[in-house]
Amino acid sequence: MLVLEKNSLSEEIGKLVDLYGKDRSSLLPILQGIEKNHKYISDFAQQEVARLLDIHPVEVYSVVTFYSFLTHKPMGRNVVRLCQTITCDMFGKEAVAKAIERELGIKFGETTKDKSVTLEYANCLGMCDQGPAMLVNDQVYSHLTPEKAIEILEKLK
Amino acid sequence: MKENKETRAPESQKGHTIEKPKSSEGIGSMVSIEINGNKYSVPLGTTILEACKQNQIHIPTLCHHDDLCIAGVCRVCLVEVEGMRTLQASCAYPITHSLKIHTTSPQVRRARRHVIDLLLSEHYGECYACVRNNNCELQSLAKEYGVDQFTFGHVSAPLFEEDKSSYSVVRDMNKCVLCKRCVRTCIDLQEVGVLESIYRGHETRIGTFLDKPLADVICINCGQCINRCPTGALKANDPSDEIWLAIDDPTKHVVIQTAPSPRAAIGEEFDLGPGHSLTGQMNTALRRIGFDKVFDTNFTADLTIMEEGTELIIRLYKALVEGDKQIALPQFTSCSPGWVKYIEHFYPEYLDHVSSAKSPQQMFGALIKTWYSKKEGIDPANIVSVALMPCAAKKYECNRPEMVDSGYKDVDYGLTTRELAQMIKESGIYLPEMGKSHFDDPFGDASGAGLIFGATGGVMEAALRTIIELVTGVKVENVFENMNIVPVRGFEGIRYAELPIEKVGPVPEILKPLVPNWDWLKGATLKVAIAHGTANAKKIMEDIKAGGKFSECHFIEFMACPGGCLGGGGQPIPTSQEIRAKRAEAIYNEDASLPLRKSHENKHVLELYNDFLTDGPCGHISHKLLHTHYTPRGKYIA
Amino acid sequence: MENKVKREGAVIFSEYNRGDAVKKAISIGREDVLFELKESKLRGRGGAGFPTSTKWMLTAAAKSDKKYVICNADEGEPGTFKDRVLLLEYPELVFDGMVVGGYAIGAKEGIVYLRGEYEYMLKSLQDYLEEMRKDNLLGKDILGKKGFDFDIIIRLGSGAYVCGEETALIESLEGHRGEARNRPPFPVNTGLNGKPTTVNNVETFASVAHIVTKGGSWYSQHGTDKSTGSKLFSVSGDCKKPGVYELPWGTTINELLKIVEADNTKAVQVGGASGLCISKSQFDRQLGYEDLGTGGSIMVFNESRNMLHVLKNFMEFFVEESCGQCTPCRIGNVKLLEGVEMIEKGEYTFNYINKLKELGETMRISSKCGLGQSSPNPFISILENFKEEIFNNGKGGK
Ligand SMILES: Cc1cc2nc3c(=O)[nH]c(=O)nc-3n(C[C@H](O)[C@H](O)[C@H](O)COP(=O)(O)O)c2cc1C
Ligand code: SF4
Repeated sequence: MLVLEKNSLSEEIGKLVDLYGKDRSSLLPILQGIEKNHKYISDFAQQEVARLLDIHPVEVYSVVTFYSFLTHKPMGRNVVRLCQTITCDMFGKEAVAKAIERELGIKFGETTKDKSVTLEYANCLGMCDQGPAMLVNDQVYSHLTPEKAIEILEKLK
Repeated sequence: MKENKETRAPESQKGHTIEKPKSSEGIGSMVSIEINGNKYSVPLGTTILEACKQNQIHIPTLCHHDDLCIAGVCRVCLVEVEGMRTLQASCAYPITHSLKIHTTSPQVRRARRHVIDLLLSEHYGECYACVRNNNCELQSLAKEYGVDQFTFGHVSAPLFEEDKSSYSVVRDMNKCVLCKRCVRTCIDLQEVGVLESIYRGHETRIGTFLDKPLADVICINCGQCINRCPTGALKANDPSDEIWLAIDDPTKHVVIQTAPSPRAAIGEEFDLGPGHSLTGQMNTALRRIGFDKVFDTNFTADLTIMEEGTELIIRLYKALVEGDKQIALPQFTSCSPGWVKYIEHFYPEYLDHVSSAKSPQQMFGALIKTWYSKKEGIDPANIVSVALMPCAAKKYECNRPEMVDSGYKDVDYGLTTRELAQMIKESGIYLPEMGKSHFDDPFGDASGAGLIFGATGGVMEAALRTIIELVTGVKVENVFENMNIVPVRGFEGIRYAELPIEKVGPVPEILKPLVPNWDWLKGATLKVAIAHGTANAKKIMEDIKAGGKFSECHFIEFMACPGGCLGGGGQPIPTSQEIRAKRAEAIYNEDASLPLRKSHENKHVLELYNDFLTDGPCGHISHKLLHTHYTPRGKYIA
Repeated sequence: MENKVKREGAVIFSEYNRGDAVKKAISIGREDVLFELKESKLRGRGGAGFPTSTKWMLTAAAKSDKKYVICNADEGEPGTFKDRVLLLEYPELVFDGMVVGGYAIGAKEGIVYLRGEYEYMLKSLQDYLEEMRKDNLLGKDILGKKGFDFDIIIRLGSGAYVCGEETALIESLEGHRGEARNRPPFPVNTGLNGKPTTVNNVETFASVAHIVTKGGSWYSQHGTDKSTGSKLFSVSGDCKKPGVYELPWGTTINELLKIVEADNTKAVQVGGASGLCISKSQFDRQLGYEDLGTGGSIMVFNESRNMLHVLKNFMEFFVEESCGQCTPCRIGNVKLLEGVEMIEKGEYTFNYINKLKELGETMRISSKCGLGQSSPNPFISILENFKEEIFNNGKGGK
């Protein structure tokens, strides 16, 4: 990472810390903020957070790896999370999954070459009455069909 | 006295410390309970596990450790509490009202067996190919519960690569049972913060920051995690194969120096129970194994006192008399390599406070391949220098790139108490039955002051015995009964003492080049402090940073390990406050029985100054061989 | 996305205007709020069904300079989505309930732990809170009552089902991994930041708003003796009208199936992945704490579904979502899942499957938190209730 980038990241994290406070209890909101802006929490960011909150870097890493929505590896600009839980599964998740994989040319757990989309599975999104459902970043889409899903992905490009 | 157990607990124990009423007197402070149909009365707040222990009812445990706060995660110590739907983890259940408890009901036994079966199903490794064979808590549990088959299968291949990157600690996560004792040790007891649980669910494992090799993170090598690991998942980096090769090589002159703590603990490896000193027996055994010479590290401990004590006097003189503002005070001890690495990482801006004197191990190393080799006419290239230490960090220390002042690697191998016990067993020797013998010349037997380096406060006491006499001219035994400087002893995590210097004596010959007289110390009060366990060291450092009372100290002893070296990461497993206290007792008793108990009276040391280090303590020669420098490392992990 | 409630019953969806409950609470006083709550016999709607009045009284009685009211909006149980609908469509009920909670127990801070998956509603909820502040339903001296200060903040989860468990939720709020704590001590004494804390489900707070406004005895008229009031059911799966239904406690499965227009039903999973799966012969069982207590998830499976596949999906869920700290749950769920896979491949022995069922029984009583204590439920109930299909019919009903 360039020094300049590091400085601006430090500054950004500093602002998040000012916003949420220096307590350990601010850890999640701060990490969520970094994840939102950068689509991942870099090694440097984790250590910066640890330094500012006066906790150990491994504690930050421990928390990051615990939560599905916090990542320490770079994600695409858009994160697509398809629900894999039973009712979505019963109403055609598999077909939607195959269609998305085909269309993007990647498997679940991967990111497109142009870094525009990362594809992941999620557990129950709370849309069981309207499955299959998926989250695109923080927006939810329900009643998916392969066609509809592709249409939504098209718009991301 | 109890070790300081105040905690900044890791996640799962936070808010889980169980508060006990201050005294067990008075109405309402005792609770009557029933265990397995028998009635007992226990103080309010006692955990079920403690209550059972107090009443000789055995409950198996795994994640529980007396030194650490409660976890309640392994679920081995489950018991049945009448009226509750689920079984309760006895280690985590405080008794606050009358309970009826069953510790061996059918469902309790079945649940425990299931838990053990599950742990075994994911525990890769064969017992006979493991350092912890016969001293493994998982193995004992399996035996206790009569496990004769793998009910839920067994992993057939390792899932993780062993992490051998560190000179000191080897991690094999295939054997980990996720009891989190190491996490609680590292974050809570030591406040170093290298290990934590990472990932979630079935993927959960113990890891470092970014799952990096141990050598690449801020591990201080104290090895306390090893001492508390119930299985072979954590072990020391064992050099005994190389040492055997050297012993078996007739062209090599293999010498071993032995630190004070191993001799007070090695008996535990031979089922003696803690608190037996086996100094003489160990010397004999070492010769039997094939070491060519057996030396006493206490000799260089005495030398350390001369060097470090002199350094302190120089610092005080420069600061107080010459008014030199650059002089860093308080001076910190440097014998504990775990502490040295800790301060290099966490408080690098304070490195100029650390005495430049090397640790006794490294002083010895430098002397063996210079003075000794010359004296004995042995080519230093053919000398293999082994250090028997209670310590895991000593393995790292001897591999520091700067530790080559003799022109060779000053100390070739750091060997732990456990590893030596293994070598002794392998040689067909039952240690307690060995005859006693002395250490070899030219270093000879050392002083009791060097010996007590093994206990927390020992370096301070040794230094004070010398400083008091050299400065005041009064015999220590006339100031402190039996020469025991009690104010600096004990297990309190942080200790502080003040010693007023009422009168001063003449400057002894050896210090004359350095100070004209002691008048400047007359009426002064020497302020000293002691911390053991890096969590306590951290408290002192923070206080100093904030300009608190410890910043006014003159000399502070820091030991990385709880209890000092006798609680080191290379000592026999298990460890507990009780065991450490027994080891300390053994050390202090041996000290009391020795004819020589002050470093400056060690005639071999004085000879060394006459013969070799001719420009005296902290002179040029000693600076070249016996002093070192430190590396500000910081906390950032690249 | 649609959020229309499919059936509005007489309790949760009875008339309510923002602030009603808060006004009433202030007028009757703290003690009477707790009294009405006791009268109502309301039990927690998050699944465990702990009497809400007891929880609140304990928190109210605990001495402390600080207390917290936490709304558990982590709704992660597969098949549950009623909290989503409540928060989006009826936030006044939930937030008013929390304000009343703060008043009753003496807390000044309320926190909504909103699951990360629901981030899309964050903005509208925050706007709503802002409106409440304007109306002095939040903030200082609420509705003019001197010294009654209370405010609500929203904190997001980050994709961990176990954080719905109340102590894991608290750990998460404190910035830790969502690992459940040992109990005792309970959150009512030692909760967030070590302070007395009440954690309640979204629907619980919504019910409180009505109870305080209309009285405890009004509430307890509805439902059955032990299960008073009504319940929101999240119905999904094989039926024509999936969605949220308010039904009185005591409704039977059969009745419910009729209402949601389910045909050819083979199995109903009551209580989400961690609930029980029942077969036709048990469809006359009643929903309620007397029989089938639940947080409200109803998943309907018709004859075409492969129950082993359903079970596998549930077990995969638990393997991923277990926090991983305690042995029975971390490893036990994997063993159960492996068992399911063995059956799938036809590589099992009944001897081993029975061993796994025993293991499931152990997990129920030996796991540290509710997740591991209930994750064997589908394994045990599906293998028991659908053994014909699973063991005698090869691959199930397909
Ligand atoms: C694994 C697990 C997940 C849970 N998830 C939720 C949840 O999403 N929402 C909820 O209200 N309660 C959930 N609970 C129950 C809570 O622990 C707690 O009992 C509840 O929030 C108490 O509120 P109540 O008394 O109002 O029901 C969960 C419990 C467990 C064991
Ligand atoms: S039961 Fe599962 S989720 Fe709960 S503490 Fe144990 S491992 Fe964690």
